Amino acid sequence: MSFDFAVILAKLPQILSGLGVTILIWVGGTFAAVVLGFVVATLRRFGGRGIEVILRAPIEILRGTPFLVQIFLLYFGGPYIGLRLDPWLAGLLGISIYGAAYYAEIFRAGFQSVPVGHVEAAECAGLSRNQIITAILLPEMALLVLPPALNMSVILLKETALLSLITVPELTMTVQAIGSQQYAFVESLVILALVYWALVELANWLGRYAERNLSKLSA
Amino acid sequence: MTWKLFSLLLEASLMTILVSAVSILMGLVMAIVLSGLRMSGSRVADAGAGVFISFFRGVPLLVQLLLIFNLLPVIGITLPSLATAIIGLSLCTAAYQAENLRGGFEGVAPGLIESAEMAGFTRMQSFIYIRTPIALRMTFPALVNEAILILKASSLVSVVGLIELTKMAQNLSASTYRPLPIFAAAGVIYLAINLVVAAIGQRAENALPGLPGK
Repeated sequence: MSFDFAVILAKLPQILSGLGVTILIWVGGTFAAVVLGFVVATLRRFGGRGIEVILRAPIEILRGTPFLVQIFLLYFGGPYIGLRLDPWLAGLLGISIYGAAYYAEIFRAGFQSVPVGHVEAAECAGLSRNQIITAILLPEMALLVLPPALNMSVILLKETALLSLITVPELTMTVQAIGSQQYAFVESLVILALVYWALVELANWLGRYAERNLSKLSA
Repeated sequence: MTWKLFSLLLEASLMTILVSAVSILMGLVMAIVLSGLRMSGSRVADAGAGVFISFFRGVPLLVQLLLIFNLLPVIGITLPSLATAIIGLSLCTAAYQAENLRGGFEGVAPGLIESAEMAGFTRMQSFIYIRTPIALRMTFPALVNEAILILKASSLVSVVGLIELTKMAQNLSASTYRPLPIFAAAGVIYLAINLVVAAIGQRAENALPGLPGK
């Protein structure tokens, strides 16, 4: 038994292109998920009892079912209700919606961590709702929300590997295809694992850096 | 969605529950061993456990499963897909559970460990009889959480050929051309299992004895 990693590494341009798709979907999906999650959390906080109840169900469903089932439903089931999506668009949409449910919960916990008195004081001082959100709630909860938010983004990075199963040409699909062409399955998967490992460790390192700087800023 | 199709999905969900339950328990045992290695005082053991945890938390489970599935036959080990699936899931959850347990071990009151020392416990005895039970009790909610994560992650073992809930849904949607109701039904079953696990976890958390000093 001998492993030949050179045949895989010879396809470096293809691997980098797959890596590019993974990073693009990860960054784009995480951004959309954070924005959508924040909107949902804000609606739940300020939208009254009815909206709170209506929004709770989809969040529980998204958090209680596997991401794989969600993207299969979206990609294979979508066309039956007229939702015909390109694989990469389905993937981006899937990551965004799935992530939004988790970010909505993270922001909800953040809102809850801000003492009610601070919000009431701001209301008495005549601040508008938008001002309360941007000047009181966001800065006060930032330190608490940052670690779980960064953690979630790393989880989303790993979830993008599942998009290979709906034929998105991201890293996993690209490297697996190279492995089959070259008949070097194990070598390709070892390299794939190492690339993800490096990417996740890099993201974690950047996250810790951001946390340190933010806590210095608020100290 | 006929009853026939739904009952096939329900049947396949038993495999999902079996694989998840076995993996969670095996992962828990491995996580305790990993925690022991980290606190053993040996630098090599600590670093080894650290790399293991970092790797299995840093690589997507899909990639881990594909790697194990392809690697084992090459090095001369042929296992049925059920065993491959359980090995893959256990290794992954072991790393996450070890990370959860760390908080629990750090929370064990130093006085208790000192008392054990005074009473003549060896380091190993103190680890097994004092620190581990307390750490397990403290991190019980995290264990329930991990069980739900693994139930969802078990959908990935379909790639190593095991017919569990997600694979069954894929097969049925391919043969009936009705992916929408079938994947929706699979989602409902996952949701139901997870709600039951969460409810049992909540009851167990309330029923378990409290912690010393709390």
